[in-house]
Amino acid sequence: MESVLGRYRNLTILVGVLFLQVLGLAVQVKRSADTENTRLIRIWAVDLITPLERGLVWAQNGSSNLWHNYFFLRGVRAENRQLRDQIEQMRLEEVRLSEDATQARRLQSLLAFKEQFIAKTVAAQVIGSSGSDLSRSIYIDKGSNDGIAPDMAVITAGGIVGKVLHVYPSTSLVLMINDQSSGAGAMLEKSRLQGVLRGTPNGELMLERVMSDETVAVGETVLSSGGDQIFPKGLPVGTVSKVSVGKEMFLNIQVKPAADLSRLEEVLVVTQKREREPVAVSAGRVRAADILAQRLPSVPEKPVEVAGTVPVSGATVTAAKGLSTGAKPQSSNSGKLATAPAAGTAVAVKPTGDAQGSGVGLKKVAQKTAGGDSATADGLGSAGSNRVLSGSSNPIANPGANPSASLSPDSGTNPAANAAPKATVKSADSPAKPAADGAKPMSTPPNPQPPTTEDNPH
Amino acid sequence: MPITYTSGEQIEVYRFSIPVTVGVPLLALFLQAFLPRRFPFFSIFDLPLLVTIFFAMARRNPITGLLTGAAIGLVQDMLGPYPIGIYGIAKTVVGYGASSLGAKLDVENAGARLLVTLGFYLVHQAVYFTVARGMVNLALHWSWSREILAGLANAFLGVGLYFLLDKFKQRT
Repeated sequence: MESVLGRYRNLTILVGVLFLQVLGLAVQVKRSADTENTRLIRIWAVDLITPLERGLVWAQNGSSNLWHNYFFLRGVRAENRQLRDQIEQMRLEEVRLSEDATQARRLQSLLAFKEQFIAKTVAAQVIGSSGSDLSRSIYIDKGSNDGIAPDMAVITAGGIVGKVLHVYPSTSLVLMINDQSSGAGAMLEKSRLQGVLRGTPNGELMLERVMSDETVAVGETVLSSGGDQIFPKGLPVGTVSKVSVGKEMFLNIQVKPAADLSRLEEVLVVTQKREREPVAVSAGRVRAADILAQRLPSVPEKPVEVAGTVPVSGATVTAAKGLSTGAKPQSSNSGKLATAPAAGTAVAVKPTGDAQGSGVGLKKVAQKTAGGDSATADGLGSAGSNRVLSGSSNPIANPGANPSASLSPDSGTNPAANAAPKATVKSADSPAKPAADGAKPMSTPPNPQPPTTEDNPH
Repeated sequence: MPITYTSGEQIEVYRFSIPVTVGVPLLALFLQAFLPRRFPFFSIFDLPLLVTIFFAMARRNPITGLLTGAAIGLVQDMLGPYPIGIYGIAKTVVGYGASSLGAKLDVENAGARLLVTLGFYLVHQAVYFTVARGMVNLALHWSWSREILAGLANAFLGVGLYFLLDKFKQRT
């Protein structure tokens, strides 16, 4: 026996070493749910490699920042100007979107719709990978010391990236969504079809379990469905890049990831999710007729009717009783005040959008009399100035806006404006009152025009 | 392509200093983990495998070769998301094979090194696929074209790398 072992010593040792590794592998596979078995030796390996990676990333970022932040500043002025313009455009867009969001929130609350919100995230830097093209995983520079735990979602601004697999004190291993062993709940944005997102050995992303009789268009956006309890619902996953009929009556849907998974540098780890029901903004009592009237095409505005005059400290305020249901879209977002260009000219004053947005419009006419002062019923007057002011009706941007309250920055300078408001708003129709007191529009016109302003859009 | 069969007496056996023995595999593992994030194409290379083949062929001792392969492979496994041992088994086989071959053939020239590296890359991948599919149930798909291309890429890189590492050899 000894001679046989001696003769085949090398082979015996090879078999022994292989046997030990196979045995260890079998134990791990059998207890696949329990990652604690191999935790300690993984920590050794990670502690051996990651400090070098962290140091190199730090040095690389330092030199890159030094160059880009202090030396290479060509084109920054032009870029800055472009960004400012972009911000202005986005502000206008924000007004419209916040209107839509308010409406959506209100409808969701009606359905007792529960949402998962990302409450807290930790930014982390990608410092390395597993080092194999057969697995798709990355190392980040945040670990349990930073509040990271297994199964936390990892995202970027572009879309979802993966989930935390192993956590070490100062680093974590993230399994990306295109790894073949990963899975996530996903759905198609338009058709709302749900499926399971899986990686392939080649690093591609497939949406599985969608029946072949469904129609899926190339280019459709894929979102997280929230069904996996890891990724919050509605995060971008990618776009459908290829659709073909697969086996077992399911479609083969290839998805192009929204996040560039091969060139990740910084990621966000979702450390806390909050599930809450959306809080609807109280809209008060709104008549169905008003809502309907608001959605119907509007009738061109009639010429201003002068109903009466109220003298206010040297200025004459003429309040016109006017009920303008079905207000023009333009007027729902902005209330305009036009002061008289010349004495004796009648000026139409549109109230701020809250009143109109609720389907009830106030029309007040400030008739300029002697003294050249113009007083407004809603306190927006700017005495003696020939300019148009615009008040935002956006309930988000201007919470609790009340057309009867003073909104004008210079209202305090005008005694007429200070004195006038609540005394003269009596001319408004009775339905306007509850709407005006913090009422929010039920719906936003399909394409509301941005507030037309001369001085300041907001 | 001169691959000459030589007797044991004709073949030189090399050894390496401890810093090289420890540092070079660690550096290979580090680069393998670090570079693919910056240069995605780099993931096609397997630096730890090339280092395993180099040390095994230079030492020409099957036991040392298989132990070197096992150690490097296991550390590589520890850095990945899958169970530990898949790379370990594959590199153990390669370490044993390369050192056994190195004991019988002269693999000092570039042509021989190119062929040997290509061959062992394919052996490595075959063992890895077998273990990953058979034991860990990973759904890997074997593609000859991809594996041969990757093997050639590794072989060419290996030839350059071996000449660099030759400078650390110490004659026994």
